[in-house]
Amino acid sequence: MISVSLTGIGIAAPGLRDWETARAVLAGAVRYAHAPLESRVPEALPPAERRRAGPVTRLAVAVAQEAAAHAGADGAALASVFASSDGDGETVHQICTALATDAPGISPTRFHNSVQNAASGYWSIAMRSRAPTTAVNGLDWVFASALLEAAVQAAIEAREVLLVAYDLPVPAPLHALHPVADGAGVALVLAPAPASGALATLAIEVGVGDPTRIAAPAFEELRLANPPMRALPLLLAVARREDADVVLALDGANALKVTIHAARDAS
Amino acid sequence: MRYSPERVQPLFVTAYTATTAVGAGCAALRDALLTRRSGLAANDFPHARVAGFIGRVAGVETAALPARFAEFDCRNHRLAWIALQQDGFLDAAAAVRARHGASRVAAIVGTSTSGVLTTELGYRHRDPATGALPPCVRYATTHNFAALAGFMRAALGLAGPTVAISTACSSSAKVFATAQRWITAGVCDAALVAGVDSLCGTTLYGFDSLQLVSRAPCRPFDAARDGLSLGEGAGFALLERAAAGTRRLALAGYGESADAHHMSAPHPEGLGARLAMGAALERSGLPAAAIGYVCAHGTATRNNDAVEARAIAAVVGGRTPVMSVKGAIGHTLGAAGMASAVAALASIEHGFVPGTVNTSEVDPECGNSVQLETVERRVDAVLVNALGFGGNNASLVFANLG
Repeated sequence: MISVSLTGIGIAAPGLRDWETARAVLAGAVRYAHAPLESRVPEALPPAERRRAGPVTRLAVAVAQEAAAHAGADGAALASVFASSDGDGETVHQICTALATDAPGISPTRFHNSVQNAASGYWSIAMRSRAPTTAVNGLDWVFASALLEAAVQAAIEAREVLLVAYDLPVPAPLHALHPVADGAGVALVLAPAPASGALATLAIEVGVGDPTRIAAPAFEELRLANPPMRALPLLLAVARREDADVVLALDGANALKVTIHAARDAS
Repeated sequence: MRYSPERVQPLFVTAYTATTAVGAGCAALRDALLTRRSGLAANDFPHARVAGFIGRVAGVETAALPARFAEFDCRNHRLAWIALQQDGFLDAAAAVRARHGASRVAAIVGTSTSGVLTTELGYRHRDPATGALPPCVRYATTHNFAALAGFMRAALGLAGPTVAISTACSSSAKVFATAQRWITAGVCDAALVAGVDSLCGTTLYGFDSLQLVSRAPCRPFDAARDGLSLGEGAGFALLERAAAGTRRLALAGYGESADAHHMSAPHPEGLGARLAMGAALERSGLPAAAIGYVCAHGTATRNNDAVEARAIAAVVGGRTPVMSVKGAIGHTLGAAGMASAVAALASIEHGFVPGTVNTSEVDPECGNSVQLETVERRVDAVLVNALGFGGNNASLVFANLG
């Protein structure tokens, strides 16, 4: 059993423009209305990097920045785990299209944006952070992969860890192979438990079990629409300040069992 | 606020293997390092016609996967399959599975491009009417970065948790760090760690666009070095809390950092690399003087080698031998950390300090401790570096606890 404190959240999802909005919607205070993902300005990125970074990285940095600010954390001190199912699908598409021509050419910027750790690299540059940063993948269960990696690092290394899961729909023809409906990003700051002012304590273990579904159809649809939104059952409990046992699919066979003890007074 | 790593319990490496351009299995890699043999050859990869030399593994095209793994078929997994057959690794994995139970053995894999070659080739055969990709491009089992994790689980009959790490050239060094944390936390009792990366158009044309590819076989730390040579490789290790048999090889420590400087150029003073090496030493509890030699990232680009050599001298001291395997096998990107780790483990087990293949005249900018010739002598500990795009750095300490 791994126990960590959740100290900050950032989110950008269809109809949920930030955590303040999402908390009110998920808690039932405001009705959910599906709306296209709003693009957010990743203010943390220096202008040169903002120009070079693709939309996927801009999304990741925006939610990362929100979570770090929410936690009151020093962005430079946070270790980080970036997680994306498709990575920069637009860039992969552009490169594969170029390589299929008689005169293949790839620009240097496009090439370095193609690596799975592009967002992780841009974030460390933006924060001037030399803390460890990684990029993980786990198909549609990539949020759970990142949660396991980040929680273990927070607990074992006794340090704050930023988790950022993000995905945008890939263009055709790749889209047919992985039909993600909408883009979304979610970021959490995890700290060794107990941490003062935490939103919740998460006790995590690897096991087996069916993933937790959400009764409300609109939220269940959102949960399944995009890999990072598999985090929604966890976010629901935190927004409602309820204790909950949530099961997240981890890979083809295993699951993460997350016991959430939500703070009653946190915001 | 500075973070101070604490000493970790060493993990025993109970099996290891690697397959690269110099041949399949550890003996081929050892022989190449002992005899200064390079596996680099003029680029004959049919899917990327760029000038330069490559480290291509023989027989990947014809190494068919067993029918039960057909959904995983792609160059990356064929290369992985060849490598799994070497050094008794399949039997060693079965023994680990039996010792701990399949559900307690994790698969932690690193790759930078997975099976993207299949997707690249698929883009040349799109349906003229619909634009659709041909059926050989399979999202979960060839294209996605996590495909290798699924293949490892299937090929080795493992049922523990899996994760795929993709931080470019540091990917398969970072798998050791994750394994050490997971086993310490009790997430698993043993871990398969893997690094597999295969040649593809994205990286061959991509590095060409960065003007980082040498027109000759790469020469790490050489005064005349003028760029890297790409290669492909697959390597694996099994990590457990207790030793198996008489072998006492161990992962003693790990360190990770970011440069926070540039997406594709290192920090000019190698500050990130210094932090990673320093953290690895601190976690190992070993003094710098205990390091027999440093298996550097050493890609043979002008800038990287000079920066890394200075960083190594700052952390380990300027007299410790420094070498790179890239002249023998090329830069295997997501497999680079694992290839260096396997070289380090083999050198500890068999007692030699490997030389730097292809290099003849050391650049004074790279210090005066670059090891040119292989010397047979006892090695107790090796520091391994893997430094990647995005300024992502990982260092490992391997040691003989015998």
